[in-house]
Amino acid sequence: MLAETPVDLSPPVGEVARTRPRRARRAAGAWPYLLVLPTVAGTLFLLVYPLIRSVVISMQHFRIGELIRGGAPFVGLDNYRELFASHDFWAVVVRTVWWTAVNVVLIMVISTLVALLVARLGRRMRLAVMSGLVLAWAVPVLAATTVFQWMFQSRLGVVNWLLTTIGLDRFDGYTWFANGTATFVILVLLVVWQSVPFAALTLYAGLTTVPDELFESARIDGANARQVFRHVTFPMLRSLFGLITSLEIIWVFKCFAQIWAVSKGGPSGATTTLPVYAFQVAQSLHKYDLGAAISTVTVIFLLVVLVPHLRHLYRSEGAQA
Amino acid sequence: MRRARTLPYNLAAVVVLVATVFPVYWMVVTAFKPTTDINAATPQLVPLHPTLEHFRDAIGVDGFWRFWRNSALVSVGAVLLALVVGLMGAFAVARMRWAGRKGFILMVFIAQMAPWEALLIPMFIIARDTGMLDKLSMLTLIYFVATLPFTIVTLRGFLASIPPELEEAAQLDGASRLEAFRRIVFPLLAPGLMSTALFGFITAWNEFAFANALIVKNQDNRTLPVWLSSFSNVFGTDWGATMAASTLFMLPVLVIFLVLQRRVTGGIVAGAVKG
Repeated sequence: MLAETPVDLSPPVGEVARTRPRRARRAAGAWPYLLVLPTVAGTLFLLVYPLIRSVVISMQHFRIGELIRGGAPFVGLDNYRELFASHDFWAVVVRTVWWTAVNVVLIMVISTLVALLVARLGRRMRLAVMSGLVLAWAVPVLAATTVFQWMFQSRLGVVNWLLTTIGLDRFDGYTWFANGTATFVILVLLVVWQSVPFAALTLYAGLTTVPDELFESARIDGANARQVFRHVTFPMLRSLFGLITSLEIIWVFKCFAQIWAVSKGGPSGATTTLPVYAFQVAQSLHKYDLGAAISTVTVIFLLVVLVPHLRHLYRSEGAQA
Repeated sequence: MRRARTLPYNLAAVVVLVATVFPVYWMVVTAFKPTTDINAATPQLVPLHPTLEHFRDAIGVDGFWRFWRNSALVSVGAVLLALVVGLMGAFAVARMRWAGRKGFILMVFIAQMAPWEALLIPMFIIARDTGMLDKLSMLTLIYFVATLPFTIVTLRGFLASIPPELEEAAQLDGASRLEAFRRIVFPLLAPGLMSTALFGFITAWNEFAFANALIVKNQDNRTLPVWLSSFSNVFGTDWGATMAASTLFMLPVLVIFLVLQRRVTGGIVAGAVKG
């Protein structure tokens, strides 16, 4: 999906659905096929066809000339060979893995802590924190990018003022966006800030489904907070943790809007991840073939992350059908 | 005793609250400060001289309303399409038995996880080949198909919570299947349709990558997020106007989230999306 909309979390609550009366569905001739026809057609034209087209273009010589004239020749795996021989590409791959790992680890750790915290708060404080999370979640990506750019602005930005006030004088007028590492850090903060609300709220909602008796009996047995988490909370929510982690990996890995709006992959490539790289190579250099090859590599990676999740969905669907 | 135990939790909660809310607060507060206060050496946490001048500037910028209208048109169009088509699909899945049903559901799940951002390049080329480049209708279609899986999955959950016996009873009383759906199911489904529509709207309203890649030459057809991403070209270093424009862009989404808050905080796991 394009953004972090609530997703189907049926695996953790799949049991509920299974109790639905079977006789709800009736055989109905051609009707169901007519009803799903527009969905299938739309998906074929705007999802399956572009995916296939992407793979085809990645095996053609498709530059600006072919874009205008048409008739791109088939070149087999030449584009992939060129890609895998390029130093830039591997630098981007390493950076993308690093980018994904840093973000996802921070998101999962912070969200888990926030979820556990919310569960321990009093009624009023819990409502306040959850409202704050919903507020941050609601902020559109592009509005968040502008305000982060404003907060980290060199001369008037509130972050530099704060850092200077607490005695870090080297941040007086520091230009964050001129430095690769600093820009990377800001983008991580931005993505983590935007992703934690969804993960924390979902984990908290999952936490509330764990029966209190389990925590109580663990505590009576003398378990401390860490042991309770390791031996009760985590095992109970294992599939939810797995689901959220894989979703976050996907979202962070394919993240484009934030990076493009803030830095366009710069300065000097310091924030260029695979999706950004694919777009740069295609749109700026007009190497649509190489761009498509990079996109295809991205899709394959995402598929690998998704396979366990899809298998799970399919199996719980199989139990129902 | 109890107070002493809860104090660290409450302190941590305050930290979380500040970290989540401050950027939003800072955006809105900056938008309301006069430029002299924005440029003050020591930032003011509270706007001492609130003003609407930045909002006037942001709205007064050439094209603001056009981009606002473009975004609204594209988002509403995509949502309406997704609702109609999604409802049809959800009904077929939730209420009918047919060969291929399981395959269809799997397709929807996969489509929901589809890496849309990886399709920028082929989509650009397809749009170019079919004369759909620079067209708002192309964006509408993409957002429609992109929000469709979520719509189907969610509506299917809502449909499953409405007992089919209600329709059957109506049909026994002589109503046609369509009539039974319109009179019985549709009213019960209205809240579900509403929240699904709003989430779809937010997705389309916020989308950046395709709007950025597919509106190339005809800059009048840009949507708000793309326009906002080029704020430094529009407003230069006028941070007040930039924050005002960001606030105006955020406003519809915020209102929707307030409407949906209960569902968002309480119902993600249990309510909105059950099998």
